[in-house]
Amino acid sequence: MLQALEGSQAIAQAVALCRPQVVAAYPITPQTHIVEGLARLIADGKLQCELVSVESEFSAASVALGAVAAGSRVYTASASQGILLMSEVLYNIAGLRVPLVMTCANRAVSAPLSIWNDQQDSMAVRDAGWIQLYCADNQEAVDTTVQAYRIAERTELPVMVCVDGFTLTHTLEPLEIPPQDQVDAFLPPFRFARALDPSYPVSSGTLVSPEYYTEARHAHHQALLRAKDEIVAADSDWAVLTGRASGGLLQVDGPDDARVAILTLGSVFGTLLDAREEYPQLGPVKLIKLRAFRPFPVEALQQVCVGLSDVIVLERALSPGSGGIAGAEVRAALAELPAAPRVHNFAAGLGGRDVPLDIYPRLLAATQSASPVRFAILDVELDKLPVEDR
Amino acid sequence: MSDLAGTLIPIVDLRRNQPRFRGLEAGHLACLGCGQALAARLVTEAAGPDVVVANATGCLEVFTTAWPQSAWRVPWLHSLFENAAAVASGMEAALKAQGKSAKVLAFGGDGGTFDIGFQALSGMLERGHNVLYVCFDNEAYMNTGVQRSSSTPHAAMTTTSPPGKARMGKRHLKKDIISIIAAHNIPYAATASVAYPSDIRKKVRRALEIDGPAFINIHSPCPLGWGHDGSLSIEVARLAVECGLFPVVELERGALTGTMPLRAPRPVTDYLKPQQRFAHLFQNDPRAREELEHLQALADYNIETYGLRGERPDPLDSAGADTVRRGGVRWA
Repeated sequence: MLQALEGSQAIAQAVALCRPQVVAAYPITPQTHIVEGLARLIADGKLQCELVSVESEFSAASVALGAVAAGSRVYTASASQGILLMSEVLYNIAGLRVPLVMTCANRAVSAPLSIWNDQQDSMAVRDAGWIQLYCADNQEAVDTTVQAYRIAERTELPVMVCVDGFTLTHTLEPLEIPPQDQVDAFLPPFRFARALDPSYPVSSGTLVSPEYYTEARHAHHQALLRAKDEIVAADSDWAVLTGRASGGLLQVDGPDDARVAILTLGSVFGTLLDAREEYPQLGPVKLIKLRAFRPFPVEALQQVCVGLSDVIVLERALSPGSGGIAGAEVRAALAELPAAPRVHNFAAGLGGRDVPLDIYPRLLAATQSASPVRFAILDVELDKLPVEDR
Repeated sequence: MSDLAGTLIPIVDLRRNQPRFRGLEAGHLACLGCGQALAARLVTEAAGPDVVVANATGCLEVFTTAWPQSAWRVPWLHSLFENAAAVASGMEAALKAQGKSAKVLAFGGDGGTFDIGFQALSGMLERGHNVLYVCFDNEAYMNTGVQRSSSTPHAAMTTTSPPGKARMGKRHLKKDIISIIAAHNIPYAATASVAYPSDIRKKVRRALEIDGPAFINIHSPCPLGWGHDGSLSIEVARLAVECGLFPVVELERGALTGTMPLRAPRPVTDYLKPQQRFAHLFQNDPRAREELEHLQALADYNIETYGLRGERPDPLDSAGADTVRRGGVRWA
């Protein structure tokens, strides 16, 4: 049954259905409604769970780490400055191979201060060793949250479910909340093999010499690469159970004969789907939704880009002094193809700037350029800047 | 014993049947005379096997767990420098949610407790987690090579508070951590010293009986950082207590409920002199004399504030230990 729910409330309900035993969080816009929703469910006795309202995001991640290490299923959520403050812990969680699920309500990073959406925060911690899954709409956010626990617990890797702040978290959409028995059938109770237990004492997080550190990093890298199978399996098993899939590693929408594709992460995918209908005269275009950014689905991406002439990567983050982040990785992956498509890279929608439908023809204009657009930020209004900054 | 030869004994039985439980085994890599290693052994002995430990980054973590070896016989997790209290909070919340009874211990040095981990510690205390946090206070960042911390005593030399023409060691006072901790009105906060092992055991047991947060700051000499012979750790620690510079006290719900009395307080110079970190205070320099007076005044202030001047005899395990050291050689 479809319900009209705010994204955050839907995510809170999805988390509750996964029966977490500990939730630790620190409020930050636009993540707040998720944790407030969980607090309400706990207060009403609908969720049996220890809610630890900590004094910082650093402690939120640390409490979550300690709670999983002690054998509980745990949830946390944050955004923007909060993600950056917990970044040291995020690396540590991943290195300790602690299966944890967190929501990143994607938001721009200060300075200048912006509470609005882009994806700079999760991109900034892309190398922390977490699985990162980006959601295009709130139904995906619900389904991906449930899947994330199965992926995390099977791979012993933490999963960050990225949902665009406000665009998804504060938007009402008709969506389906799965019944409890469906989630229970999909997600068995959590048993952590390395849980701290006085009757079988283990030491974890020890000091390692150069003799072992390289091996630890190798094992972690391999675990992330192998996690691709679990991400795909979780999505397809969930689809069998519910009839809904979120795309596995990535999703392609569009005619087979299209020679041009636009690739994006998160909710902009929906904007592009609408825009394509708005501009049918612009010809066949494939839209690619990159759901898994870590692990990066090189093979799957190559497969869907065979035969394309141009791939346009649109992202909501950048690496200043370099250019696009996703764009650089897509370009590197496709460079291996025998007839590699040209890759154009744009950033848009930074700090909550609207991404209008007419971005679509402007993106496609890149295909007419003599050489590929290495990187450009769209919609920069130069007259707002002093001359020397233009 | 001979009929046990070749018999496989389950590890659980082995641990239960030990004459005395040791949570921290010998064979670790601590320096000779390390106060922290001794204190950690005493704490884990008193706490017993039914514990889970969150350990901050620092000497204790480094010298006990050089992979693939570990000196711990209790479940132990090291995460980061500044989050031991938060990790312990999470462990406690998880054990509570699972209905388990194991007690959670958090270990940190003064760097991880007074300074970088202070916020997480304050949060843990405020939220009332059922955790015993133990700080092994060796009064500087020893793991990185003796840099000053907010716990370093006034006028002490460290590599980042060196004495020179313009300075007489650390310019600031040692942070009064126990008052700050007690101001959270937690059920139990105490200081202790490795010179008084039975006092440490008693305080750990007391802390573990309590449902709620407890904190013990254990003064733990670092021969390397303080610049004294490793064989003098206990004596030096005892002199810190006996001169009043390190008051041994207990505070319950913020109120002072116990002190270790000093029948005959020693002058602070007795404590300072054997330590290289205070050597510059014994030069013929008016600034040195002023700093010695300053330190004596701090000790006098502690004795006054906590009412340490006692009529009662000194604690039993104090008697004689500062005059006779191992092997019967006198040292005063």
